[in-house]
Amino acid sequence: MDFSLTEEHQMTERMVQNFALKEIQPIIKEYDRKQEPIPFAINRMGELGILGICFPIRYGGQGMDFISLGLACENLEAVDTSLRVAMSVHVGLCALTLLQWGTEEQKNKYLIPLASGIKLGCGVFTEPGMGSDVSSMVTSAKKDGNSYIINGEKMWISLASKADLALVTVRTSKNEKKSSNGLTTFIVELDSPGITRGDIHGKLGVRAGSTGWINFQDVRVPVENRIGQEGEGFKITMSAFDHGRYTVAAGAAGIIRSSMEASVKYAKVRTSFGKPLSEHQLIKEKIARMSQDYDISRLLYLRAGWLKNKGIRNTLETSFAKKYATEASFQAVNDAIQIHGAYGYSDEYDLERFMRNARGAMIYEGSSEIQILIQSGYALGERKDKPLRCELPAYDPEFWQS
Amino acid sequence: MKIVACIKQVPDSAAKVVFEDGRVSWGDAPLVINPWDEYSVEAALQAKETHGGTVTVISLGGENDKEAIKHALAMGADDAILISDPALRGLDTQSIARVLATAIQKVGEVDLAFFGRQAIDSDSGVTASQTARVLGWPALTLAAVVSVEGNSINVERSIEEGRQSVSANLPAVVSLVKDFGEPRYPSFMGIRKAARAEVPTWSLSDLGMEAPASVISWPEVMNPPSREVVCEMITGDSPEAIASTLVEKILSEKVI
Repeated sequence: MDFSLTEEHQMTERMVQNFALKEIQPIIKEYDRKQEPIPFAINRMGELGILGICFPIRYGGQGMDFISLGLACENLEAVDTSLRVAMSVHVGLCALTLLQWGTEEQKNKYLIPLASGIKLGCGVFTEPGMGSDVSSMVTSAKKDGNSYIINGEKMWISLASKADLALVTVRTSKNEKKSSNGLTTFIVELDSPGITRGDIHGKLGVRAGSTGWINFQDVRVPVENRIGQEGEGFKITMSAFDHGRYTVAAGAAGIIRSSMEASVKYAKVRTSFGKPLSEHQLIKEKIARMSQDYDISRLLYLRAGWLKNKGIRNTLETSFAKKYATEASFQAVNDAIQIHGAYGYSDEYDLERFMRNARGAMIYEGSSEIQILIQSGYALGERKDKPLRCELPAYDPEFWQS
Repeated sequence: MKIVACIKQVPDSAAKVVFEDGRVSWGDAPLVINPWDEYSVEAALQAKETHGGTVTVISLGGENDKEAIKHALAMGADDAILISDPALRGLDTQSIARVLATAIQKVGEVDLAFFGRQAIDSDSGVTASQTARVLGWPALTLAAVVSVEGNSINVERSIEEGRQSVSANLPAVVSLVKDFGEPRYPSFMGIRKAARAEVPTWSLSDLGMEAPASVISWPEVMNPPSREVVCEMITGDSPEAIASTLVEKILSEKVI
């Protein structure tokens, strides 16, 4: 068993960290306050190849592995969650799902512009009336000749107003015994007639991130844009969540790291009762917990990344990583604020933003409660991974880099 | 065009450098490429992109000191040479310049040698000029804009009073300042190339030279004197009384 990161991984971490610290850190507070995305951030991530980091070069990507994707997410979210959210929806939900389930024609047409950062993708599943219960979605698609016609409303969609392409799951049949068998997934060009979309403001956190709604009114999508077969939408959506959750877990480890680094720095310089905070046992306890949780979260997401590299299904391991890291990140930043006292409570420091940002990740991409159902399902033997018609290909450096 | 970028590996700028037990120490802070030298690599890469050719990176250091070199390769340099020899330890800039000049001559037919304006650890800022002197090449220092036409090079120097245009014939040594423009990040393709790169190590005997004798030594290194700060709380019955006491203190301490 080898726990070491390669030189490529280490250089990837430094490169992404340098970008985030140099270009995003100095201005993030301003945009978070304004509730606006940093205008150049996503384009810059595209230019630098971060948006296509783990895709084969032949599909417009950078040829790195899935561990590199996790490391990039950790280092992006260590500065701000909005950057990692872009990775979760563009890379995780949309492009990786296309790599897994798309035909060669679909990959050539849609994955190449996504992985090369020319086009931006998002994942469109949640509706005003459903979230965790994916199989109860009501947005529908009806076959009409060589097209499907989509009608309905989707909500809480990251990059809704910014993306060019969307992986959309909708209902194509109401007659299936299991309602999850009535779902189908499409890749939809978001400038298609009949689509209206907008942003949602007033979120607790990720205020520099774009979140919105998309309305489909008789939107015609050609049959060749159907991902997989009719009725495979639920499985495809669950694959998308496996990828998305991996990026969320890795990012949460970044929040723990930043909370810990800020706490260590502050605890060494701030004194109370005549000695540095770091010499008080109750402060040590908080810092120890952050340090342990960072290690656990990082190990959990790196294992999921390793499984992805091997082409092994990792729904359970990714669920462990996502639930543990997101909950630990909220705890870590809460403790960090406590250590900083009133300063932590003000936006002079990054911690209050991290705390607002960390809260969302226990809700989106499968709430903590859904993760418990997944984990208990495996533990009780009620749930087993069945082979999928299309699995995410194992990372093969030769295929990826040629 | 054959281009060389000379780079140095230094402690990270966030490191706390202290003098302890007779040695300068930066704790366990990572070693990185000297930030000024990133501009040197950027200028070298831009010259290559405009005029074609190759960029070779040269660095001096211990056998494992390849962090800076790998960074430059990941930015896009074609190849790199590490000059490593126990006899190089503690040399002054003049001696380092002799070693670099010999290495540049060994690379052969070099048209341009780029340097950062100074290293953030020793801050001497003279290695570029000294290397030019040893090579017998013109030294165009503090360059903000570099353009090469045929056999000549034009440089806009960024100096305190403004900009100064200078030109010279190639080959030449150029040192860069921040005004040149932000150095690029390593690319993922560059990262893979750098991770796999075998960096040849040249010793002084490979360069066919003896260790040059330093003319400047470090008889003493010391930490900056620690500042003693005394905090005094001014109290009073009213804001006016507090302000008046404060004004008296400021005037008596001759702060203004």
